[in-house]
Amino acid sequence: MSDCSIRLRVNGRAVERTVPARRSLADLLREDLGLTGTHVGCEHGVCGACTVLVDGRTARSCLLLAVQLEGAEVTTVEGLTPPAGLSALQEAFRECHALQCGFCTPGMLAAAHELLAENATPTRDEIRAAIAGNLCMCTGYVNIVRAIELAAHRLPR
Amino acid sequence: MKPAPFDYVRARTLDEALAALDGDSKILAGGQSLVPMLNMRLLRPARLVDINAVAGLDGVRGHPEGGLEIGALIRHTDLLVNPVVAERAPLLAAATAHVGHRAIRNRGTLGGSIAHADPAAELPAALLALDASVVVAGRSGQRRVALDDFLVGALTTALAADEVLVRIETPDARGAGWGFAEVARRPGDFAIAGVAALLRGEGRRCDQARVVAFGAHERPVRLRAAERALDGHDLSTALAASAAAQAAADCRPPDDVHATAAYRSHLVRVLTEQAVRDAVALVTR
Repeated sequence: MSDCSIRLRVNGRAVERTVPARRSLADLLREDLGLTGTHVGCEHGVCGACTVLVDGRTARSCLLLAVQLEGAEVTTVEGLTPPAGLSALQEAFRECHALQCGFCTPGMLAAAHELLAENATPTRDEIRAAIAGNLCMCTGYVNIVRAIELAAHRLPR
Repeated sequence: MKPAPFDYVRARTLDEALAALDGDSKILAGGQSLVPMLNMRLLRPARLVDINAVAGLDGVRGHPEGGLEIGALIRHTDLLVNPVVAERAPLLAAATAHVGHRAIRNRGTLGGSIAHADPAAELPAALLALDASVVVAGRSGQRRVALDDFLVGALTTALAADEVLVRIETPDARGAGWGFAEVARRPGDFAIAGVAALLRGEGRRCDQARVVAFGAHERPVRLRAAERALDGHDLSTALAASAAAQAAADCRPPDDVHATAAYRSHLVRVLTEQAVRDAVALVTR
């Protein structure tokens, strides 16, 4: 029905698109921009797999319309990854076996990124609270918590 | 699972928003309840009116007399760390900590929570305990409605289709004792049941008790028998137990897949005792 023009920044790059008003941010990222690192699970805000950063704060990209992002800065898991190799958080996930199928991982990384940006010394309970909105069907969470602890421990003091 | 097509209007001013609203439109604020309903096609509005770009709807102002004026568009994350809210209405801040997960709190708004009126939502209950009012704007001006009159039933309020909830006002609650307790399966889930308590008084004497249950009725509900057990009495832990004994009298808890009505009634009693005991401890310390 109604198409809308939007301008935003995704992972530091300017993006200009015309999209249907009902297009979710998740679909904009995956279908229009080819950024398939953002995973779409439940599409109603429960599973957390599609979590990205919008202006530095986590958000469910399935619960945002692309048209709402006019002027916003969006960071996906691709944007959290350095040009070569892995980020410290990603490296900790790898070392601790904090992923198995990997479906929840992009959302977990976004949630953990926000936590560590605000709290460099989170307790185990704080880590669990921070990822409580992200479902993982494989790991049992233990190794994800360990990975975030390890990444926090390695943060520059 | 995609929403049905709709038109989208980004309002820059309140007047633009009001002009765009009609019987087949919905207001888009945080979208954390609306968009799931769109995605599941439980709602198929012809038009969404996005009020996120309307300036001046998200501030917090402390009144000289002690009350609060809170813009409807304030995000839960911002409400949670607002120093004026922490000082004037710590009950509201405590309730906000239980709302959803961080990513949800980053987007969801206080006005949206009230307008959505989920019976298990924390914020309408906390605000009811605070004797809050809401200010609603329409094309012919603004009206102020006591929250108790605004909340009609499950997902139903007194907001007309062409009105916007713009502000929440609470009277002075400085010095009041307060408590908040809920039971949910997991942190961030909607509560199976919960209780918010606010006790105003002089010294140990309670002059005005507010005990509100949520998730236990078709809307947040004042537990008036429990309040009567507290009003006019000297507060004590034993009195909290007496109030709790009366708690289930004023609610008709739902019987559903999450919990039986009997279990919810039990929770309302236990959580009333906890919330009132915490409130008593603050007043009598």
